[in-house]
Amino acid sequence: MNTHEIPALQVDDLTVAYRERPVLWDVDLRVPQGVLMAVVGPNGAGKTTLLKSVMGLVKPLAGRIQIHDRPAREQRRITAYVPQRNSVDWDFPTSVLDLVLMGTYGALGWFRRPGEAERERARGALRRVGLEDLEGRQISQLSGGQQQRAFLARALVQEAQIHFMDEPFQGVDATTERTIVELLKELRAAGKTVIVVHHDLQTVADYFDWVTLLNVRLIASGPVAEVFDEERLRLTYGGRLAFAATGGGSVAAQPVFGRLAPDEERKGS
Amino acid sequence: MSSFLQDYTLRMVLGGVLALGIFSGALGSFAVLRRQSLLGDALSHAALPGIVLAFLLSGSRATGVLLLGAAIAGWLGTLAIRAMVRGRLTREDSALGIVLSVFFGLGLVLLTWAQRLPGAGKAGLDKFLFGQAATLVRSDVLLMCAIALPSLLLLVLFWKELKLLTFDAAYARALGLPVERVEALLTLLLVLAIVIGLQTVGVVLMSAMLIAPAAAARQWTDRLSRMVALAALAGALSGAGGVLLSSSAPRWPTGPAIVLCASLLVVASLLFAPHRGILWSWLRFRRNRRRLDEDLVLYHMLQMAQHHAGRLDHPHARRVIQSMTPRADVRPVLHSLEQAGWVRRREGDSWSLTSDGAERALSHRAERERPPS
Repeated sequence: MNTHEIPALQVDDLTVAYRERPVLWDVDLRVPQGVLMAVVGPNGAGKTTLLKSVMGLVKPLAGRIQIHDRPAREQRRITAYVPQRNSVDWDFPTSVLDLVLMGTYGALGWFRRPGEAERERARGALRRVGLEDLEGRQISQLSGGQQQRAFLARALVQEAQIHFMDEPFQGVDATTERTIVELLKELRAAGKTVIVVHHDLQTVADYFDWVTLLNVRLIASGPVAEVFDEERLRLTYGGRLAFAATGGGSVAAQPVFGRLAPDEERKGS
Repeated sequence: MSSFLQDYTLRMVLGGVLALGIFSGALGSFAVLRRQSLLGDALSHAALPGIVLAFLLSGSRATGVLLLGAAIAGWLGTLAIRAMVRGRLTREDSALGIVLSVFFGLGLVLLTWAQRLPGAGKAGLDKFLFGQAATLVRSDVLLMCAIALPSLLLLVLFWKELKLLTFDAAYARALGLPVERVEALLTLLLVLAIVIGLQTVGVVLMSAMLIAPAAAARQWTDRLSRMVALAALAGALSGAGGVLLSSSAPRWPTGPAIVLCASLLVVASLLFAPHRGILWSWLRFRRNRRRLDEDLVLYHMLQMAQHHAGRLDHPHARRVIQSMTPRADVRPVLHSLEQAGWVRRREGDSWSLTSDGAERALSHRAERERPPS
C-alpha cells in the first residue's frame, strides 16, 4: 500500500456536541494518503458529523483537524465534499452541467464566471459518471442514482487530493453503485484519498481497503484486514449484529438493521 | 397646467414603480428559492419603527432620512432573527413571527404618538403603511434608482456565489467561500429592495412584491438566470399595470393595485405555464389516461382474438369489450383507436383489430410481460 509519511487526514481529540449531547467524543484518527476508507457505525454514531467537522460545517467543542499536515480550513482547494443527496432542493432551477460547474467555483475566485475550459472539465466529469447525455437536463428530472452521480461529478471537477463522501450508496440503483465503485477505484489508482460514510457492512471488505469503526467514540481504524472483525463490530454496534459464518478471524457480518438498531436512536435525537 | 402636473406625477410614479418592480422581482427570486419568503414580510414590517424614529430624531421628513431609518431597523430585524436562531432560542419561523410583530407593534405605537406631535401630521408618515405612490417626486425616484442600480450590479458581480449559496450553502462553505459574508450581502440587498418599495407599496404589502413576481417566474423556466430576468419583468409589469389601474380609476390606491396585478400574474402562471402549470398537468394526465385505456382495450381484444384460434381480426361485441375496461363508456376509446387505424368497426356494434392494431398490441404485451431489468 501506498503509505506516505504525511497523513491525508489527522484528527486529534475531536469532540463535538449538539447542545449538551455529545456526538463525537475525543476522537483521534490518522488516515494515510491513497487509501479508500469506509466510516461505519450505527445511526447517531457521528459519522456525518465527523465529515462535517472536517469540512468546517459544524464547530467542534475541542480538537484539531489537519489535512496533509495543515489545518483543514486552509486546505479547501485540495478537499472535495459530496454531501448527502437529500441535503438540497432538487427542484432548484438549474441544469446538470450547471450543477457540476459549481465544483469549479472555489478555484475561480471572485467575479470570474466558468468559461469554456471549465465547461469542458465538467463534461469530462459527467462522462466519468455516465451522465454525458443529460448535461442539459433540469436536475429535478434525474433519478435518485443520477442525482448522486451528478453530485460526484461536481466533486470530481474540483480535482482534489482528498474526497469526503456522505453515504453515496444510499438508495441508489445497481448501475449507480457499480459506477461509484469504479470511480472510487479510479481515484485510488490516481493516488487520491477517499473517505466514505458507508452503511452496508457486507460490502466493506469488497469496496474499501481501510475502515474506521465509530460510535461516538472511535472504536478502531486501520486496514480492513486488521481491524474489521467480529469483536470490534460488536463493540461498535453494541450486540445488535448477528454474525453468520465467521472463520479464521475474517468477518462475514450480517447486520440486522431494522427493528433493533436505528429507529429508536433516531427518536431519541 | 393641470394636465402637465398630471403627466409629471404619472411619469414619476411610473419611473418609481419600474425601479421597484425590477429590483424586488430579481431579489425576490433568491428569497423564494431559499424558502425565505417570510423573511421579506418580517423585514418590511420591521422597517416601520425605523421610519418613525428617523423622523422623531432628525425632525426631517426627507425621504432619504426616513428610508435610512427603515434600512437600519430592517437590518436590526435580521440581526435579531439570526441571534434567536443561532442561540437556539426558537426556530426560524417563530423568530420571524416575533420580529414581525414586535417591530411592527412598536412601529404602530410610535406612529400614533408621533402623529399627535405638533406639525407631525403633515409629515405623512402613515403613507408608509400602505404606500402612496402619488407622493413620489423626482428626488424620490432618483433615490430609488440610486439604490436599485448598484444593487443589481452587485447581484450580477456576485452571481455565482449567490447562486451556490441559494442552492447548497453547505457545499459553498466546504469550497471555502465566505458564506457568512455572501449571506450578509444577500440580506442587505433584500433589505434595500424592501426599503425602496416602502413609499410606493407600504410595509404591509411590500413582501408581495418580493414573492409574487418570483413565484410567477418560477413557473415558466428551469434556469435561474431566466427566472431572475422574468421575475424582474413580472415586477415591472405589475408596477406599470398597477399605475395604469389606479390612474384610470382615481380612487384606487396604487400600492394595492400593483400587488393585485402581481397576484394575477401568479394565478395565471400557476394555471397556464407549460410543464409546471395546472392546466398542462391536467392535459398530460388526461392524455396519459386515454393512452392507457387505449392500450388496455387493444390488449384485451388481442387476448380474446387469440382464444378464437388465433384469428386476430375476429370481431368482438362492444358490450364485451366494455365489460373489460374500467372506463364508464368505452366508445370514445374505440373511436380514437379507429381513427388511429388500429381497430375496425364491423357489422352491428362489434369491433376487430386491424393488422397494425394487432402488431401494436403484441409489442405492448411483450413489453408488459418482460421481466423487470
